[in-house]
Amino acid sequence: MAEEPDDRKPLLSKKLDKFFVGLNDAWNFVRRFFQEVFLPPYEFKEVVHQCYRIGVESLPLISLTGFIVGIVFTNQSRPSLSEFGAASWLPSLISIAVVRAMGPLVTALIAAGKVGSSIGAEIGSMKVTEQIDAMEVSATNPFKFLVVTRVLATTFMIPLLVMYTDFVALMGSFLSVNKNELVSLTTFFVQVFESITFLDVTSSIVKSILFGFTIGIVGCYKGYNSSKGTEGVGLAANAAVVMAMFLIFIEELLVLQIVNAIRGV
Amino acid sequence: MNQREKVVEIRDLKKAFGDLEVLKGVDLDLFKEENLVVLGKSGSGKSVLIKIMVGLLTQDSGSMKVFGQEVSRLKKRDLNALRLKIGFSFQNSALYDSMTVRENMEFPLVRNEKNLTRAEISRRIEELLDSVGLPQTINQMPSELSGGQKKRIGVARTLILNPEIMLYDEPTAGLDPITCGDINNLILEVRERYKTSSIVITHDLTCAKQTGDRMAVLLDGQFDALGTFEEVFPNAEDDRIKSFYDYNFINS
Repeated sequence: MAEEPDDRKPLLSKKLDKFFVGLNDAWNFVRRFFQEVFLPPYEFKEVVHQCYRIGVESLPLISLTGFIVGIVFTNQSRPSLSEFGAASWLPSLISIAVVRAMGPLVTALIAAGKVGSSIGAEIGSMKVTEQIDAMEVSATNPFKFLVVTRVLATTFMIPLLVMYTDFVALMGSFLSVNKNELVSLTTFFVQVFESITFLDVTSSIVKSILFGFTIGIVGCYKGYNSSKGTEGVGLAANAAVVMAMFLIFIEELLVLQIVNAIRGV
Repeated sequence: MNQREKVVEIRDLKKAFGDLEVLKGVDLDLFKEENLVVLGKSGSGKSVLIKIMVGLLTQDSGSMKVFGQEVSRLKKRDLNALRLKIGFSFQNSALYDSMTVRENMEFPLVRNEKNLTRAEISRRIEELLDSVGLPQTINQMPSELSGGQKKRIGVARTLILNPEIMLYDEPTAGLDPITCGDINNLILEVRERYKTSSIVITHDLTCAKQTGDRMAVLLDGQFDALGTFEEVFPNAEDDRIKSFYDYNFINS
């Protein structure tokens, strides 16, 4: 067996070191959030401001995407269900798919792109222009003002956005079903509410809270630890999106396993 | 000068970043109501020194005492109390760019002096903006201000907490000569009006000459010369200090 070149070992070792140091930093960052979130002073005004920015300003994009997802998913599912003469099950199928997976996932991915990158870039830019240091030297806790407020805002607002997306997607689906199957709004929503269970709704909300927290904390972490000047700001924004999306898929998988275990599937 | 009362006392201060030793055993005193100018080339550790003073960085060894308190040993609460006595004017002003000038100035005030009424806060902000000559900028965003205006607002924001020590990090960097002169005058006015002790970090000898009572030249991680401008510069024997002087006053 050929011997491993000498220079590969230190490189691998360096990369592993960097990975574990990064993991430890991230853990300390999350731990600091939970330490600071309950301690005064509370930045209520900034939390409300961030909720507005994250929630209200995301509405147009979320509305459009949710609506299109509802229509497209309905139109894509129709031929398959029609083959078995089950087109009348469309409202049930769509509602289960939207509430259990698509609503939370689509909202979280869009928010990771829009909100996560903006948090990463904003805090990163504040870091490289010494604005965070300026807060620190004026005896203000920048972590509380910048990180705690944004993470709380994403954690509060993403579940609300998910519920809104679910509704908009179902309305999109209804338009398609109404046009093709001539189903009324009442019949559509009766079928929707008969199909989804309490567990579907609670797991969707729990998942959304988790996604919201992830988007906020990853954006803040990447921004807060950015370096290398303006290049670092771009890298922080990019890394915030990529890392948040990656974690969202992992969380989706984990929550699915837990929910399936509860269902006994 | 007020009986040479020391407000900052630095002894054998060392700081390295990895293998790079920036400060190699620095000794320095700042006296009450004194303007001390710290000169040195870029990357010589001037800014590191004042960042250690406010606890943004920690030294590897040695002592940094401000008002008799060892900064590195202070608990968070005590460090914050000390920071309220120190105003830090950053090289790039570090104005919060998502806030107006008024909000920038309110930010430290409302968080550290909770008993003030809205009217008192407004009055204090207006007074300080008047004192830096920029009352008209109160509702402007930092992106709408020139470099010199940003510096002035940055100084006004630090003054809002009535600091006893002012730290100016490269106050004239990137400014035209006329605005540099205005900033130098502002530094002197601040000392005059608010009775502050100041450390001015710069590599601009004109700024140093105009604003400083004493000069300290940081070379190779240590202070090589200490004294008034006339004592340190015109007849300097050290080639490094001489070239510093020549470059500023002859070559440029």
